[in-house]
Amino acid sequence: MYDCVLECRKIRKDFPGITALDEVDFQVRTGEVHALIGENGAGKSTLVKIITGILQPSSGTLVHRGRIVEFRSPLASQAAGIAAIHQEASMFPELSVTENIYMGHHLTGGAARFLDWRSMRTRTRSLLERLELEIDPDTAVRDLSVAQRHMVEIVKALSLDAQIVIMDEPTSALSLREVQDLYKIIRQLRAEGKAIVFISHKFEDIYEIADHFTVLRDGRYVGEGPVAGTDIDAIIQMMVGRSLKQMFPKMQVPIGETVLEAVKLSRAGVFRDVSFKLRRGEILGFFGLVGAGRSEVLRALFGIERLEPGCGTIRIKGREARIASPAQAKARGIAYIPEDRQLQGAIVGMSIRDNVTLPMVDQLSSAGILNPRREQALTEEYGGKMEVKASGWEQPVSSLSGGNQQKVVLAKWLATRPEILMMDEPTKGIDVATKARVHEFISQLASEGLAILLVSSELPEILGMADSVLVMQEGRVAATLSRAEATAERLIRAALGETA
Amino acid sequence: MAEPNNPLSTRGAAGGRPAGSLGVLDALTKWEVILLLIFLVVIAVSASISPYFLDLFNIMNTTFNFMEKALVALPITLVILCGDIDISVAGIMALSSLLMGAASAAGAGSAMLVLIGLATGLAAGFLNGFLIVRFSIPSIAVTIGSMSLFRGIAYAVLGDKAYTRYPRPFAYLGQGYIGDSAVPFELVLFVVLAVVFGLLLHRTTFGRKVYAIGNNATAARFSGVPVHGMRLLIFCLSGLMSGLASVLLTSRIGSTRPNIAEGWELEIITTVVLGGVAISGGQGNILGVIISIFLIGFLKFGMGLINVPGVVMNIVIGFLLIIAILLPGSVGRLRNRFLLRRQLRDGV
Amino acid sequence: MRRLLKRREFTLLLVILVLVAAISLRYPAFLSASNLYDILNDTAILFMVAIAQMMVIVTGGIDLSVSSGIALVGMSVGMLNQYFPGIPIALIMLISMVMGLVLGAFNGVLVSQAGIPPIIATLGTLSIYRGFVFVLSGGEWVSAHEMSDSFRNLPHGTPLGITNLLLSAVLVTVLAALFLNLTRIGREIYGVGGNRVAARYVGINLKRVDFLVFTISGVIVGLSGLLWVARYASAQNETAAGFHLPTIAACVIGGVSILGGTGTVLGVMLGALFLGIVNNALPVINLSPFYQMAIQGFVILAAIVVNTLVDQRNQRLMLRKRLL
Repeated sequence: MYDCVLECRKIRKDFPGITALDEVDFQVRTGEVHALIGENGAGKSTLVKIITGILQPSSGTLVHRGRIVEFRSPLASQAAGIAAIHQEASMFPELSVTENIYMGHHLTGGAARFLDWRSMRTRTRSLLERLELEIDPDTAVRDLSVAQRHMVEIVKALSLDAQIVIMDEPTSALSLREVQDLYKIIRQLRAEGKAIVFISHKFEDIYEIADHFTVLRDGRYVGEGPVAGTDIDAIIQMMVGRSLKQMFPKMQVPIGETVLEAVKLSRAGVFRDVSFKLRRGEILGFFGLVGAGRSEVLRALFGIERLEPGCGTIRIKGREARIASPAQAKARGIAYIPEDRQLQGAIVGMSIRDNVTLPMVDQLSSAGILNPRREQALTEEYGGKMEVKASGWEQPVSSLSGGNQQKVVLAKWLATRPEILMMDEPTKGIDVATKARVHEFISQLASEGLAILLVSSELPEILGMADSVLVMQEGRVAATLSRAEATAERLIRAALGETA
Repeated sequence: MAEPNNPLSTRGAAGGRPAGSLGVLDALTKWEVILLLIFLVVIAVSASISPYFLDLFNIMNTTFNFMEKALVALPITLVILCGDIDISVAGIMALSSLLMGAASAAGAGSAMLVLIGLATGLAAGFLNGFLIVRFSIPSIAVTIGSMSLFRGIAYAVLGDKAYTRYPRPFAYLGQGYIGDSAVPFELVLFVVLAVVFGLLLHRTTFGRKVYAIGNNATAARFSGVPVHGMRLLIFCLSGLMSGLASVLLTSRIGSTRPNIAEGWELEIITTVVLGGVAISGGQGNILGVIISIFLIGFLKFGMGLINVPGVVMNIVIGFLLIIAILLPGSVGRLRNRFLLRRQLRDGV
Repeated sequence: MRRLLKRREFTLLLVILVLVAAISLRYPAFLSASNLYDILNDTAILFMVAIAQMMVIVTGGIDLSVSSGIALVGMSVGMLNQYFPGIPIALIMLISMVMGLVLGAFNGVLVSQAGIPPIIATLGTLSIYRGFVFVLSGGEWVSAHEMSDSFRNLPHGTPLGITNLLLSAVLVTVLAALFLNLTRIGREIYGVGGNRVAARYVGINLKRVDFLVFTISGVIVGLSGLLWVARYASAQNETAAGFHLPTIAACVIGGVSILGGTGTVLGVMLGALFLGIVNNALPVINLSPFYQMAIQGFVILAAIVVNTLVDQRNQRLMLRKRLL
């Protein structure tokens, strides 16, 4: 059997108002790729942050090579041979690859203990070659692609002689070829006897590369087992807790006329020839690997990055529209719930009321003068509809849970009474109960005649909610499937670029 | 920055109260109240030291010394609330004064001079705003450059000379009083504009959007706030008010030298930051800035009465600035401690 | 070779050469060895303090107090020399650097320990230090005849062939280049400026780095203070007023990003040299020195805009190259 090099016993992590991890067990063994699976908000990232010393557990123990340990800082975890590769590259963009790898532990040499650039460069080169990467060690990181940056992070982990390598959603933002390269590297590391923890909520990753899996749900340990021989449905059941049909009560909604038509939308280097029609009452799902270009299409539709002339047409209710800013999009009845709640969706330093009224603040005013009564009324109406749990509308959004913050974002956009609602991973990082409510709500909105564009990387969500699914792959539309045609397998194949 | 899921976060919402209100303690530790207390202390100490301090005539007259700075502090509040900074305001004042002087030497009348002063300020502010917004350059970099450019033009044209001929009616703006009273025109103008800015910031949609931009410009943009347009507008406003301040200052001094208002940008920024406006943006209000203006103004007046030299006054102002930043931090921590104690006691 | 050509410093060097060539065509005297030597001497202090400023800016901060620091140290050692002319110059040099260190350390404490944003902290010390010049001097100047000969001769002496002034600049430049490129802490400065959070995660002590850059800056400012008053044979209340601006300008022109994380000693040197050449050229082309500030301001703006446009263009090219 493989050696257990790291064990988490009954790890618990509490935050004010929420228990992120509830007595979770997790074992990491040498020479094994262990997939840590769970939906968004299941607690995977929190567990990893504890293992890497960024957070401390509220209770429970960590056992490293048979000894009980405490990682009080990232440095302590690193010293124990644990290296984590994060989703957002924590790199120094202006500095070279070599320097990114060695920052914090530069090699010194010679009598004067000056930096030994030659050694660092040589070692970096050899590390890069070991992984068959064609990257020049002197390149500045900001000149690398996202995939290449990921690779550099892996090299960084190796330079630290890490024995345990943790990868958090590493296939996000990677093209098909790059994903295969990554798998190859992981297999190589495994052959070298390293322990690899692979966080994902994508089945394709798990089945391709993982040996063992552990499922978390709502912060709790649900189960584990060998990947080989385990049915995908069984895993889904563990992840989701109930059957797909139960989770997403799909209402039958009459589908009306076309409100939004996209014709050959293109942006150089990002997406090409994206065309689709969106109708009243319809939920159009956008599926694909992260980085396929879905969010970028939405951003173009919302005017955040204007489309170049000649790069496609947008038609709203039959008439051609030039959307050059979010304000213009809003005026045309489009609402956009962005993916990054904290950075793009809500202004966490302001009150709930100020957030909810912001897109409508001009309409609520009397000739530019704020009207507190109307603002209060609006906030009560939509904050109430979304069932935002807070002690008062004056509370700052920063004090709310993730689910409630998302409700504030939804409330604020619904208050603009849009005809087209675009949502980008709306239930990411939200607990399951709230998630279900949000889904119910989306269905209800569709029944009220809204046209909904739903970007999601979660198969159950897409399969459960969408009337039709548009799959994007590397910037192009790989497939457009009706609800009847859409199966998990077809969607995944399309997303990976496999035809038929 | 705001900590998610932390009810103890005291980062206040614009116009709203943060979670975990403490009632009286909350009110007492608000920055504006502390400033007011310091202000009263300054008044009390100055009055006890010098019998001249509480003379109404003297008080009114001393406002002449800082009304121009006060006028510029108003738009700078908006600039800093947005998360930007404008170091070029004094340079704009110099440029504006230069053009007024040149026009006056060419025979222009008072009304024309005012127009030129304002227009110069507006144009300069527009240049700043354009470079900052169009090229996405940090405002500190642009305004450090433009500050040198604007004042540099004044030096290049005048060298060590000066414009000293201004039409007599022009002097009223900076030196005149309202009717027969002891109330200076500058003071009244400031009060009116302070009210306007106060209403603008706290009672209009414009102000709400300013706070949104300062707290999170990305999310504000995603919410349909015209971030680029507003920032440009605010820099134009900053320029315009600098032009106005220059009109008043030039009128008061009666001449234009290239070193007019030299170093004023620092004192103005100090005033605004002391007034409780966070340098990172998104937090602060007009009331604090107004109190701060008068606090510094009267502090300098008091020090002047006991013959403290100007440079030494700056030492005091410098320390005041540093303490202003330190205090909210420690005050915030104090509140947190009380909050925690109360929560433990209440078993929350 | 192509990479060399693309580097910002190379472009700046070209601009400088073109500028010198243009001026020399009209006024051949400009290109004389003695004139170029003068330029270097005139710009020596700017070289040094700009490097000090650069280190602070690279970490993401800024130091507005350098001008006041120069004045305070200058006045202090000037007065010291006035009242105790027997103190050996070497000791005075040491005192100036120690004093500068203390002033810099104060800034460092405000920023690293008290968490005050650098622009505010140095805005405060700009006023405070300048005020103390007056407190110290009582409004009086230290003029040439009140200084000892050895004091006044310090910058001009040429024990090693070039003036001590220039020698200091060379030493500071070389030491800075070594420090920033060949020591761990030197690179940590870039790390902190490039990505503060990531720097913390790899174990860099942010407070130590913040404190250190201000302290080193202070030492350089201290030495510069001594050299300044000795060179101009006068210590006044207004000494070096506004000098912080050209130091920032030299950095910006030299390609140091105001946001931190990038910048080279070479770039700063070239930026300072550019300013020095412009200043020297003004009387040559019959422009009064009063044009200095305006030109400086214009150059700063031009440099920033050009740098930004180039960066944005490069980003777009990179994006296009990386077609999925």
